[in-house]
Amino acid sequence: MMKKRIVSMVLLSALAATALSGCGSAQGTGGKLYVYNWGEYIDEDVITDFEKETGIDVIYDMFETNEIMYAKLAQDTSAYDVVCPSDYMIQKMIRNNLVQPLNLENIPNSVNIGEQYYKESEAFDPGNLYSVPYCWGTVGILYNKTMVDEVVDSWDILWDEKYSGQILMQDSVRDAFMVSLIRNGYSQNSTNPDEIKVATDDLIAQKPLVQAYVIDQVRDKMIGDEAALGVIYSGEAIYTFRENPNLEYVVPKEGTNVWIDSWVITKGSKNVSNAEKWINYMCRPDIALRNFEYITYSTPNVAAQELIDEETRNSEIAFPDLTKLKTEAYKYLGEEGDKLYNDAWMQVKSAN
Amino acid sequence: MKLFKSGRNAYLMASPYLAWAVIFILVPLAMVVYYGFTDGNGSFTLNNVVRISDPGYFKALWRSIYLAVISTLICFLIAYPLGMILSSMKLSNNAFLVTLFILPMWMNFLLRTLTWMTLLEGKGVINTLLDIVHLPAINIINTPGAIILGMVYNFLPFMILPIYNSLSRIDENIINAARDLGADSVQTFMRITLPLSVPGIISGITMVFIPALTTFAISTMLGGSKILLIGNIIEQQFTLVYDWHLGSGLSIVLMIFILINMIVQAVYDKEGGALG
Amino acid sequence: MKKILERIYLGIILLFMYAPIVTLIVLSFNLSKSRARWGGFTLNWYIRLFSDRAVASALMNTLSIAVLATIFSTIIGTITCIAMIGLSPRLRSVITGVTNIPMINADIVTGISLMLLFRFLHIGSGFMTILLAHITFDIPFVMLSVMPRIKNMNFYVYEAALDLGATPFYAFRKTILPDLMPGVISGALMAFTMSLDDFIITYFTKGSGFETLSTLIYNEVKRGIQPEIYALSAIIFVVVLTLLLINSGASDNIIKEKK
Repeated sequence: MMKKRIVSMVLLSALAATALSGCGSAQGTGGKLYVYNWGEYIDEDVITDFEKETGIDVIYDMFETNEIMYAKLAQDTSAYDVVCPSDYMIQKMIRNNLVQPLNLENIPNSVNIGEQYYKESEAFDPGNLYSVPYCWGTVGILYNKTMVDEVVDSWDILWDEKYSGQILMQDSVRDAFMVSLIRNGYSQNSTNPDEIKVATDDLIAQKPLVQAYVIDQVRDKMIGDEAALGVIYSGEAIYTFRENPNLEYVVPKEGTNVWIDSWVITKGSKNVSNAEKWINYMCRPDIALRNFEYITYSTPNVAAQELIDEETRNSEIAFPDLTKLKTEAYKYLGEEGDKLYNDAWMQVKSAN
Repeated sequence: MKLFKSGRNAYLMASPYLAWAVIFILVPLAMVVYYGFTDGNGSFTLNNVVRISDPGYFKALWRSIYLAVISTLICFLIAYPLGMILSSMKLSNNAFLVTLFILPMWMNFLLRTLTWMTLLEGKGVINTLLDIVHLPAINIINTPGAIILGMVYNFLPFMILPIYNSLSRIDENIINAARDLGADSVQTFMRITLPLSVPGIISGITMVFIPALTTFAISTMLGGSKILLIGNIIEQQFTLVYDWHLGSGLSIVLMIFILINMIVQAVYDKEGGALG
Repeated sequence: MKKILERIYLGIILLFMYAPIVTLIVLSFNLSKSRARWGGFTLNWYIRLFSDRAVASALMNTLSIAVLATIFSTIIGTITCIAMIGLSPRLRSVITGVTNIPMINADIVTGISLMLLFRFLHIGSGFMTILLAHITFDIPFVMLSVMPRIKNMNFYVYEAALDLGATPFYAFRKTILPDLMPGVISGALMAFTMSLDDFIITYFTKGSGFETLSTLIYNEVKRGIQPEIYALSAIIFVVVLTLLLINSGASDNIIKEKK
């Protein structure tokens, strides 16, 4: 008897599963859209509202680093329609033919993005043919005032043995090397093997002090008092203050990286017009504002900036004055450069 | 055997699976070998396989072997006495007890690992409890120790099950006979119980060693991305660096270890392998 | 004395295996988001879990893949086991050898090899690719538990039935199938478990916008663990426990029937 019951149980659950998966994918009328964005990089309600307004069924995936995103798209550019990589990665994608030129006529809201951001984008996307800026910011150190007594103004503190086991480093090639290269007085876009060697050794020397190499977890770990110092993107800073008032964000005096993340449409996209609708929606001032308030990353949307309360708008952290900081953007360094960095990073990560 | 009037019917019945096995087992492995021995232009090269001798990769491989051996050993040391106890308990609820030890295996592998993340964190559950009773905090998260713990916790059932099976199959009469012939309990164990449980031990070791050697999730979650194992290196070739050739080449190196394991198992397991 | 020591040993190991799970379940009712503080009792995380679309669809995906993979692999595996009887010993050992591969091979290699195949064939990754992969690694587990039954099978009854005028199919259904059934069921359960538990192979064969519970949790972990995941663990644990209790009842039943 029992046997029969088990068989029927399995069959029933099979039926239930297929039935449920059938109604689970209730489809809109506007077709589909595959979005690939950074983790925690949007107000999720915005996605729902977009679906409601357009009838488009959004499949939303998240990546942790530009490199992971690239490896995925290089396999199959049709895997996603619209993606939000950073500057140097967009340059690499343009070079390797993974993205397609935008038709800005179909993205009228793109005029809301400030002129200066388009100008900066020219560095990686000449003529602004492929990308529309979404967020921008710097990289700095987030520290816990109750655990760090001294003045934090230099990357050197991440090599201070006092904080052994209390330091969180970024688990992404370029960001980790940026810190080490700049600390040693080199350019963050160095392709000089000797300079990279120095930076590599420096990161290896730092490794015993590092608690963990993480990306999105820096935020939660810092809020939870799990670490004293962490390398973090400026946009996370405001959010972390809100959750833990003991935290403070600084941009080290040696300089740092300034970055722009922009929307691009993939070469293999099967839903180009939906992708355009998406980018257009993201550029709407009210939507950009909602995203800003949720993720607290600086928005390049001038129309949205005007809607932000004055205190935040004038905050040096939310909207840093780049003329006061020593900053540089990453550049794509070519196949050779990528290989140099990847091999060096592998050395750091596999060192004892 | 009259089940099949002619051999042809049997072949016909077996053919779907044969086709399946060729397409989904053999061809994919052949592709790994192909990628492993070619470069970006499709020409033959040994580079990808040889690169295991790069100091970084070699160190990761060595570390993986080292951690996997320790974990396997610990699993064995825990599981063997347990198997003996379980098989000696002639209780009616024996099956239930065994199930109890296997049950955690039914929970998702990642949930099991996640649990230890939560427990071991600097301000995690264990340290909070230690703090309450004024004991010093332990700091093993993001160290090899945490990875070993994760491996032992995850793979212990794989060791318990085969050892228990082989121990419970030992005929009690043999043990009684040995006793009657004057063997003491140490002798009985060394000369009867242990040798007869070797097949179970071997298959337990294989079932723990291979996943421990090749894991990448446990080291990522409990090692804070600081401790790279060979599994992490291979995974990153596919998900981060986008170098399928190198990833496949390093996989071939892993397959050599697996092959050795298969041979060892075939030699010891006189019952003729898993399917025989 | 020895008995007491044995009991203590059992207890310690059980504690080691269950204390972490119990902790997760306790945390799932913790009002405070922090793992270090007890902020009071809440069912909030359960409510949030049930309204979470991503978790719901991942759960659905996991279950449908596990169920479908179980059904297909059980059918294919059982048929192949029966066919093995009529095959030449050489072909039998070839099949055995090939079938052993996915079981002994490292998951990461199996995952990568299938990923390369799917990319090569341009099969869009997602539901289909994961299902094919799961069927592939489930079949050996089915065969593993059906094969011993085949070996110990008594075919004289079947032949007697034929002699008495039964059609081959009727005779098969009435004599051989009942003998096979316990093996088939435990094989199916094993396949189901393996499929539910798998992370590595799914990770390499999944495509864009498709998550199973395993891959979803892996992503969550990298992003910082939310208490909803504890609630999810608690639910999964309770479900598994219930299923197992039913199953152990069932296997007791089978044993009794045999006696």
